[in-house]
Amino acid sequence: MALDQSFVGRTYPPTPPYEVGREKIREFAEAVGDPNPAYVDPEAAKALGHSDVIAPPTFVFSITFKAAGQVIHDPQLGLDYSRVVHGDQKFAYVRPVRAGDRLTVTSTIEAIKSLAGNDILDVRGEVHDESGEHVVTAWTKLVARAAEEA
Amino acid sequence: MTAKVAYESVEVGTELPAQSFQVTRAMLVQYAGASGDFNPIHWNEKFAREVGLPDVIAHGMFTMAEAIRVVTDWVGDPGAVVEYGVRFTKPVVVPNDDDGALVEVSAKVAALLDDKQVRVDLTAMNEGKKVLGMSRAVVRLG
Repeated sequence: MALDQSFVGRTYPPTPPYEVGREKIREFAEAVGDPNPAYVDPEAAKALGHSDVIAPPTFVFSITFKAAGQVIHDPQLGLDYSRVVHGDQKFAYVRPVRAGDRLTVTSTIEAIKSLAGNDILDVRGEVHDESGEHVVTAWTKLVARAAEEA
Repeated sequence: MTAKVAYESVEVGTELPAQSFQVTRAMLVQYAGASGDFNPIHWNEKFAREVGLPDVIAHGMFTMAEAIRVVTDWVGDPGAVVEYGVRFTKPVVVPNDDDGALVEVSAKVAALLDDKQVRVDLTAMNEGKKVLGMSRAVVRLG
């Protein structure tokens, strides 16, 4: 069943702060096999002009996607998560995420479309640090595949 | 930001050094833990087949993380990435063997922008097919 268009533009409350830790960044960089010293060595990061180790570009998705759970699991929206696949992902950075950041995410439903029985949901996550500075925006397109005919 | 590549040194068509990335089941388990994405389609082939997939598939975000390394290794400073976006066009199937799957990533400068920024278009291939579409990054050069 097509999703309710009246949810377009709905913004959900900001998430509680997520504190970015050096060791979490290291764990993520190791998991993607990326040896860039800016992710693990504070001195190497400082030599590049960063105040502490920075996170790989896609690291913040773990935070924004968890925040998007408010949308995905909103019972009023009624998305069938068991049929959802990740369609597109985009990030626009004001600055890199770095260790010590306390990040909140504000999720907004940007668009709802129905195409060949599939529900397509665009969620924007605005990420801010503790001082209110905008750090990064993440756009996530989710596609809920059409249910098979009963 | 301290990109080691000078804006003046590139032109439209400049190719970045290509890289190939191996993806094994063990890497997917490690990525699941680090990212918090424990969807069983990325580690349980019985579950993957039940939902209509040929086998376990890589996290799209894992492939996205690998592909941008062609850009971050080129510029040196990952903080130079201003924008990065992809479309997940085809899943990377990861067999349960020692070799897993191979993702081959190439990239070239597609446009020169203001403020010493360039747009880089990426191509990520697995088994001869594109796994990422519309894969683009904007990077600020030195």
